[in-house]
Amino acid sequence: MSLLHALAERVTRVTVPPSFDAWRELARKALLRGLEPDSIDLADATVAAQADDLFGAVQTDASALDGPYAEMSQERPHVPRAFLDRAKLASYHRDPQRWNLLYRLLWRLQSNRDLMRIEVDHDVSAMLRLVQQVKRDEHKMHAFVRFRRIEGERGEEFIAWYEPAHRILELAAPFFAERFAVMRWSILTPDGSAYWDPELHQLQFGPPLDRTHAPAGDELETLWKSYYGSIFNPARLNPEGMRSHMPVKYWNNLPEVELLPSLLQAAEGRVESMISKQGGKPSAAPFVPHEHTLPVIQAALPTCRGCDLYEHAIQVVPGRGPVTADLVLVGEQPGDQEDKRGEPFVGPAGGVLRKALAEAGVDPDAVYMTNAVKHFKFVQRGKLRLHQNPRMSEITACKPWLMAELDALKPKLVVALGASAAKSLLGGTFALMRDRGKLMQANFAEQVMATIHPSAVLRGRDDAAREQLYRHLRDDLMLARQYLGAA
Amino acid sequence: MPSLTVRQKLEILADAAKYDASCASSGATRASNGKGVGHSDGTGICHSYTPDGRCVSLLKILLTNFCTYDCVFCVNRVSSDIRRARFSVEEVVTLTLDFYKRNYIEGLFLSSGIIQSPDYTMEQLVQVAKTLRLVHHFGGYIHIKAIPGCAQRLIDDAGLYADRLSANIELPTQDDLVQLAPEKKATVIEGTMGQIADRKAEVDEDRRKLPSAPKFAPAGQSTQMVIGATPATDRDIIQRASTLYGGYKLRRVYYTGFSPYPEADTRLPLQATPRMREHRLYQADWLMRFYGFAADEIAPESDPELNLAIDPKLAWARRHPEFFPVDVNAGTREALLRVPGLGYHNVDRILRIRRYHKLSMEDLRKLHVRMKDVLEFVVTTDHLPVATLPFTTEQTDRETSDAEFAALPPAQPLAGLVAAQQMDLFAAAAQSAATGVL
Repeated sequence: MSLLHALAERVTRVTVPPSFDAWRELARKALLRGLEPDSIDLADATVAAQADDLFGAVQTDASALDGPYAEMSQERPHVPRAFLDRAKLASYHRDPQRWNLLYRLLWRLQSNRDLMRIEVDHDVSAMLRLVQQVKRDEHKMHAFVRFRRIEGERGEEFIAWYEPAHRILELAAPFFAERFAVMRWSILTPDGSAYWDPELHQLQFGPPLDRTHAPAGDELETLWKSYYGSIFNPARLNPEGMRSHMPVKYWNNLPEVELLPSLLQAAEGRVESMISKQGGKPSAAPFVPHEHTLPVIQAALPTCRGCDLYEHAIQVVPGRGPVTADLVLVGEQPGDQEDKRGEPFVGPAGGVLRKALAEAGVDPDAVYMTNAVKHFKFVQRGKLRLHQNPRMSEITACKPWLMAELDALKPKLVVALGASAAKSLLGGTFALMRDRGKLMQANFAEQVMATIHPSAVLRGRDDAAREQLYRHLRDDLMLARQYLGAA
Repeated sequence: MPSLTVRQKLEILADAAKYDASCASSGATRASNGKGVGHSDGTGICHSYTPDGRCVSLLKILLTNFCTYDCVFCVNRVSSDIRRARFSVEEVVTLTLDFYKRNYIEGLFLSSGIIQSPDYTMEQLVQVAKTLRLVHHFGGYIHIKAIPGCAQRLIDDAGLYADRLSANIELPTQDDLVQLAPEKKATVIEGTMGQIADRKAEVDEDRRKLPSAPKFAPAGQSTQMVIGATPATDRDIIQRASTLYGGYKLRRVYYTGFSPYPEADTRLPLQATPRMREHRLYQADWLMRFYGFAADEIAPESDPELNLAIDPKLAWARRHPEFFPVDVNAGTREALLRVPGLGYHNVDRILRIRRYHKLSMEDLRKLHVRMKDVLEFVVTTDHLPVATLPFTTEQTDRETSDAEFAALPPAQPLAGLVAAQQMDLFAAAAQSAATGVL
């Protein structure tokens, strides 16, 4: 019985080392010998050989396929390039059946030259799946290799430890050679290692090395983690989305993922605090009584803890004036004098205001005067208490008091003095110098208008500027009187 | 105030940059130059993913979060009570290079609050890119946010060093801007977009005559808008996007769902815009750019909001029963692209396969087509749908659960993916004709 005859009846098992060229060599011989795919088992040499299987395969080495035999032609068979390129990619896959799959395709291509185009064919789609998985793994390696810097004998060196899912080091390494051409780098994997020498400009491959040969950390990881912890939006948490793109198997190589438990846990709290801040907290709302009459409001004012300003001011400064007032003037906040005396507009700015009111022909005793923020805000400098502008959050916090006062008074006209009051009543984007003196619709009074704050007059940079600002204030107040007279 | 460490600045200025959705690094190829680190192969790589599911591809930071503007929707507006910081040009350059050398990032995405003037701010941004390119020969990706209203000379400079430029349209309509961003004007923003588009066209023209002439913003121009902060409808949004794509040859429009942030103005909503709305807008955007749909077909006047429960292609199919069924083995490419459940990639595969093999439903299943989605819309060798029934828009195919949502591909990295797949396809087509020797 000839060997050929024996081979035709029994399955020949040849082990193939993890190399596309080795498979190519064997596959060519087997094809030229006319060995049908069912009669040969191209076993993966990296998988421990199984004991004799049910079919009693003949264990043999590659030389069993060597010729010469009459049936063999010396010509190398032609195959579509699409097959060769993809077969090469599929060969990096760890699937132990890949060599058989590739041989089966090679066999079938001999009678069907268009086979590769039928992507839904069982074998073709199996091969394309391997190709896709290898390419994905290559892409992930490009993404997830993390170099760590050390000072080596030859200066700066960058070393990475990485465990790819498939045997792709040779496939993935040229990417790093191009990208990091001026760096001395190495990538160590369980299947082999790759080195780049920037002077020789050469990519070299070496034996497998374990992770102890790579540095355990890099000084830059702290900064990188700071970045990672800051760049995501806790209001849009999507950990499943994250895991689907960054599977857990890659995690032990990424320094930033150790932050994940704490980032995920803290996210909800961060969002709640953002919302509560945006939602108007700190807010005076819980301290404002339901009954909106001036005596009730004024009695409740000293209890306010709506923001932190109460802690430092001597006292809260309520509004002052007749319940019947048609005109309400809203200032920014009490100053030093007002805080000490508990009354609005009694300091230097109050003097300017009273003068302007008199010149505009408005009776100050018929006007209700109050502030957008009811507590004095300052910084202590020695004995001096220096006025500080309230923040938008403090103006917003205090707004429920102002709204309650306006509800109690139902005035015909509200005049906001200065930017803080204007922002409180007309929104954060109100531009004072552009829109001062304009009468506007409002839901808390028939009309609202904004003008210069009297303290701005005092702070004018020279006499001319002060005079100009004062005239603005007086003219706007005159306009207010005319409106009220006509109304 | 004691000066901040680089780490503190990084925390502040990365946090301030997190509201901008764009982090793509695709669309430009740059070979290694032998003098510095960096190259791009055109597809872009996500080096990590954050707990919000977004890709980390670039070091995305602001040069400073000081800002003289007072845009209501923006956390950095002048009236906001946030911690402020400012990087020096050198600090950004060093961070970018150090991170790049560890393979943490693909490059830099640099934006800024507006300080002093648009020109001054833009000058600083350009300086960072210029230093990276000229002093350090950096070959990685650089995306610069163009400051609306800056001088043409600065745009010209920026495009020389950056791969991508973008000017944010911010909000879908001019009315929205008036309400929420008083200092920003659609005309000024669009003026900047026009400057970028014109300059790019000019340089591309020059390069046709002299291919060695320097490129201008090779990865093109993009923009982003905040959605859900104003009552603008999905129709308003995608029509706006469609106009911008056409007018300024944009590569991408990014949609960022509004999400609450500290000390935001009380006029803004307290809740984040549903992620699904953002996703539907990206799907709609996709349909316009790759599937041949017009904005008006996706969100007609009679139905200006996208249905959150079904994807916009299915919604269109249900409004147009007369178009279906389409024969998978005979329909044109344009018709196949309109079939719900058939993606861009699969349409190409079907066209290639059907020349050699008539497709059955089983074959579609092998191509991972969702059977439920296509069943009523296609004819195959073994399937003829029952007469297509008229649907009401209220009808939904299914509820989309959170888990399912999570499994959906995120909008951003897909751009690169599609480009990569496309290249694969072209390469494959060329290859399938060629033969090799075993």
